[in-house]
Amino acid sequence: MENDTNQDSSRRKFLKNLSAGSMITLTGMACTSVSCKQNSGEKTTLMTTDGKLVQVSNSEIEAMEHQHHPATPAEAREGIPGKKFVMVVDLAKCKNAKKCVEACDHTHNLTPDRPYIKVLEMQDNEKSAPYWMPKKCFQCDNPPCVKVCPVGATYKRTDGIVLVDNERCIGCRFCMAACPYSARVFNWGEPPREDENIPYSPETSVPSKIGTVGKCDFCPDMLRQNKLPHCVTSCPNGVIYFGDEIDDTVTNGVETVRLSTLLKEKAGYRYMEELGTKPRVYYLPPVDRLFPFEKDTELNSES
Amino acid sequence: MKNYDTLINDLAPRKFGRRGTIWVFLLVLVIIAGVIAYIDQIRKGLVVTNLRDYALWGIYISNFVFFVATSFVGSATVAVLRLTKNKWRTPVVRIAEIITLASIIMAGFTIVLDMGRPDRLMNLFIHARLQSPITWDVIIIPTSIVLSFLMLYFPLLPDLKVLKKAFAKSRPGLSKWYGKFGLNWSGSKKQKAIQQKSIKIIAVMAIPVGIMLQTIDAWLFSTTYRVGWDSTNMGAYFISGAFVAGLGALITVVFVIRYVRKLEHYITEYHFDKLGKFLALTCLVYLYFNINEYVIPIFTAPVEEEIHLNALIYGEYAGLFWFSQVVGLLLPLIILLFKAGRKPRAMFIVGLMVVIGSWWKRYVIVTPTLLHPFLPIEGVPESWQHYFPSVHEWLITSATLAMALLIITLFVRYLPVIPIQRTAEEKGYLTKIDKKEES
Repeated sequence: MENDTNQDSSRRKFLKNLSAGSMITLTGMACTSVSCKQNSGEKTTLMTTDGKLVQVSNSEIEAMEHQHHPATPAEAREGIPGKKFVMVVDLAKCKNAKKCVEACDHTHNLTPDRPYIKVLEMQDNEKSAPYWMPKKCFQCDNPPCVKVCPVGATYKRTDGIVLVDNERCIGCRFCMAACPYSARVFNWGEPPREDENIPYSPETSVPSKIGTVGKCDFCPDMLRQNKLPHCVTSCPNGVIYFGDEIDDTVTNGVETVRLSTLLKEKAGYRYMEELGTKPRVYYLPPVDRLFPFEKDTELNSES
Repeated sequence: MKNYDTLINDLAPRKFGRRGTIWVFLLVLVIIAGVIAYIDQIRKGLVVTNLRDYALWGIYISNFVFFVATSFVGSATVAVLRLTKNKWRTPVVRIAEIITLASIIMAGFTIVLDMGRPDRLMNLFIHARLQSPITWDVIIIPTSIVLSFLMLYFPLLPDLKVLKKAFAKSRPGLSKWYGKFGLNWSGSKKQKAIQQKSIKIIAVMAIPVGIMLQTIDAWLFSTTYRVGWDSTNMGAYFISGAFVAGLGALITVVFVIRYVRKLEHYITEYHFDKLGKFLALTCLVYLYFNINEYVIPIFTAPVEEEIHLNALIYGEYAGLFWFSQVVGLLLPLIILLFKAGRKPRAMFIVGLMVVIGSWWKRYVIVTPTLLHPFLPIEGVPESWQHYFPSVHEWLITSATLAMALLIITLFVRYLPVIPIQRTAEEKGYLTKIDKKEES
């Protein structure tokens, strides 16, 4: 029984590799075998993910659905190919409904005292009006946290996302000290345990582990399924736009717009540009607001 | 010969008296309490501390910085005074070497107490990334431990031989151990030449290694975008602070040992006067860097830095800030400028002020900065806006300090705190004996 499952999973593994197109020369052959499904006993030589050459009888090769198991810590180190994820937060639309925080806490199994997203009350100076600023990890292109991590537990991916591998993290909290945006939270005690049996993935950030760091991850598990992060879809006011810098498109789930046009027309900026951390999260200034600034949060969350 | 015998009698290790036993007993009690607290911390996680997402480092880190600073006394006295040919150093170097070794061992130990996952300590080697200042620490701290050990051990070899001989009849068991650790030291010309050369190399190395250790410690802070840490002044500021903290610790320990072991003939007012002048000089240098660190930024402070400086000068941290500046630096400096202030008793008080001031100074460097981030602290419990160590943190930190004192105490118990051989040579007692042995 156990052997069977092993075989099954390794087959899945190499087919996944195949579908990723890393074996261009062999794909043609494999595909014909798939479509023919001969029982002739002919074998095809394929390469596994760890670089071994294996022979598989053609009858064994099957096409499969794209699998959605969460990426392992090793797989999660590679970004999603051809993507550069980017977020735009429209401060004019935020009224502190906190639905993004709720959705994020729920998906990542977070307690209210260690949220990945915070909605901050900001006021630039005495004369200017206060506004709400949803803040998450800025996924910097020049990330101070990654520079100081002594063990490579936090890393930058090709798709722009900065992730934490909480199976490697030693809990020194240097990354938290280095982050100028206080984006990271720490599991000071034992985190809630309902998600204990879920296989850990840095792309889902669950389950959290005691003595390690966590933070907003841009929900790469959703992105792999071509879905939007939970904070984007849960926002009742379309505050958060998410998309790909290479495609130059972002969407808040309702409208899809050109990133460059949006930033140009609404004077998009990045928080504390002068630090040189190059955040991947842009803000649109709180002008022509949809809602008055209201401190009573209960009123705000009624959407 | 009579002089030489008195010398050995005065300087050779002695059993603990009643006071010594009580002292060790108390230290062990504090250590046990700390071990229990640490076991609890391992079981429950760092939640037993008052550290939270904003005050993410606390007294474990500031205590670590304190140990690193006091460990500089070896480089400061042994190496610097040796290279500048200051003869008066002889009766205090061994104590300085002992403090250095005890401090640097405890520094290495303390940093692990702060880790969220001490079980993954090996990741620092398996997955080491060279661009992280913590990796630099992982390299420099063991280097310093080895160097400090050699700095204590090599000059000790002739003394171990002396002790082996001295205890041969009265305590044969102990004598055997001294013989073993003495590595068959015979005092031949060849051995002496190797020993002298080695000590010289160690002394020369102690300066760059000491400076690197202090600087890397400073860089742990200045490589972040934090107000109050992100300063190019930090490396030099930490080195100058380490001179002060290290000498303060040395003076305090020297006074206590001199009093307990009745070494007034060996460590005289002259030595205290010299140490006092040395400490005054280092205080002046430290004052200079403090002005650079806290006064000059007032002129160009951006909003966040102004909030930080205000909290130090008038606000929440004003008490501790001014305590560390006045009691830990300014008052000692003023007292030391007077000849009467450099008498042993006055110096003991000054030493204590400096040590306590230095410990709190590191607290003032670590904590307030973390509570003054760029973005407002919101959406977390009110208590997270402030930090004061929990009972667990105090117990564990006290245990590390007690352990450092215990290491020092045990070295003092089993080693001659003043180099016997060198003192004898300097006083001219040894010429006859040497000749007798060589013939």
